[in-house]
Amino acid sequence: MRKASLVNELIQSLQASIPDRTPVEVGDTVRVYVRIIEGTRERVQPFQGVVIRARKGANNANFTVRRIATHGVGVERTFLVNSPRLEKVDILRRAKVRRAQLYYLRDRRGKSARLKERRRR
Amino acid sequence: MKGMIGKKVGMTQIFDEQGNVVPVTVIEAGPCYVTQVLSDDRDGYKAVQLGFGETKPARLTKGQLGHLQRNNLPALKYLREFRVKGDDAVDVEEGAEIKVDVFAAGELVDVIGTSKGRGFAGTIKRHNFSRGPKTHGQSDRERSPGSIGMCASPGRTYKGKRMGGRMGNDRVTIQNLEVAVIDVEKNLLAVKGSIPGANGGIVIIRPARKSQQH
Repeated sequence: MRKASLVNELIQSLQASIPDRTPVEVGDTVRVYVRIIEGTRERVQPFQGVVIRARKGANNANFTVRRIATHGVGVERTFLVNSPRLEKVDILRRAKVRRAQLYYLRDRRGKSARLKERRRR
Repeated sequence: MKGMIGKKVGMTQIFDEQGNVVPVTVIEAGPCYVTQVLSDDRDGYKAVQLGFGETKPARLTKGQLGHLQRNNLPALKYLREFRVKGDDAVDVEEGAEIKVDVFAAGELVDVIGTSKGRGFAGTIKRHNFSRGPKTHGQSDRERSPGSIGMCASPGRTYKGKRMGGRMGNDRVTIQNLEVAVIDVEKNLLAVKGSIPGANGGIVIIRPARKSQQH
């Protein structure tokens, strides 16, 4: 308890500058804009896919995005929520999911790997 | 004299300017008070005694309370001495308060703590011995230390031969840790990397002895 609260206080004071993002949820289809440094040049690369896992924890909060690359190869990438290397995260679609981790998507492809869109209440 | 007593809070990670993740240990450092200044004339050596950790006065003995009340200080749980080198002048006064701003981000420090006790540990854990083969007809050899000496000459096991025994709960110094963050308001200090002991353990922070920085 004590550890968590003190550490969180320190991190909050450090990160006053980081903008609050809409929290990413499992099942969201997102486009993540990642800053990439190539030598001296910096560019932004998007990565679009489904969030199959989201973890909490002060500065260690992260989420994993799965996308199907060319030739049907699945690519998963994990991002730290508070990382300054994330330019922005666009949430394109929110889906109705009944699990905390969508690992079952790894065994599926095509039609069976779809998620039902969440109806706005 | 520069140093502090603190309490290990725990580890976390922060981001540097490039966006790299840096592992840090958070220490609740201070406020410390100068409880006594020891001098060559009176004590035979020069040092500064710091106190940390306010507690109920009932938790201390009358002798301890009297020692602190000389300078009108609150009841402090932990007292530690910091040696002042030969000719260096003592730059603090008794009763002064010391806060984390004595250190600055980027500075190198040594952190001294008490390592976690491991109880009776075998040679593999305690001295980094290799383990024996698991198969090929071996029995009872997996974690055994192997031979501990020769035969009739010398006819004894050498002193200092590394064997199993009590491990941990020792005073350990980690040198040249970089101060990552200081927060004077909340009395928090974060150093890059890990430090000895469990969360809640008392640690001493001092400027790095072997650093090229000073």
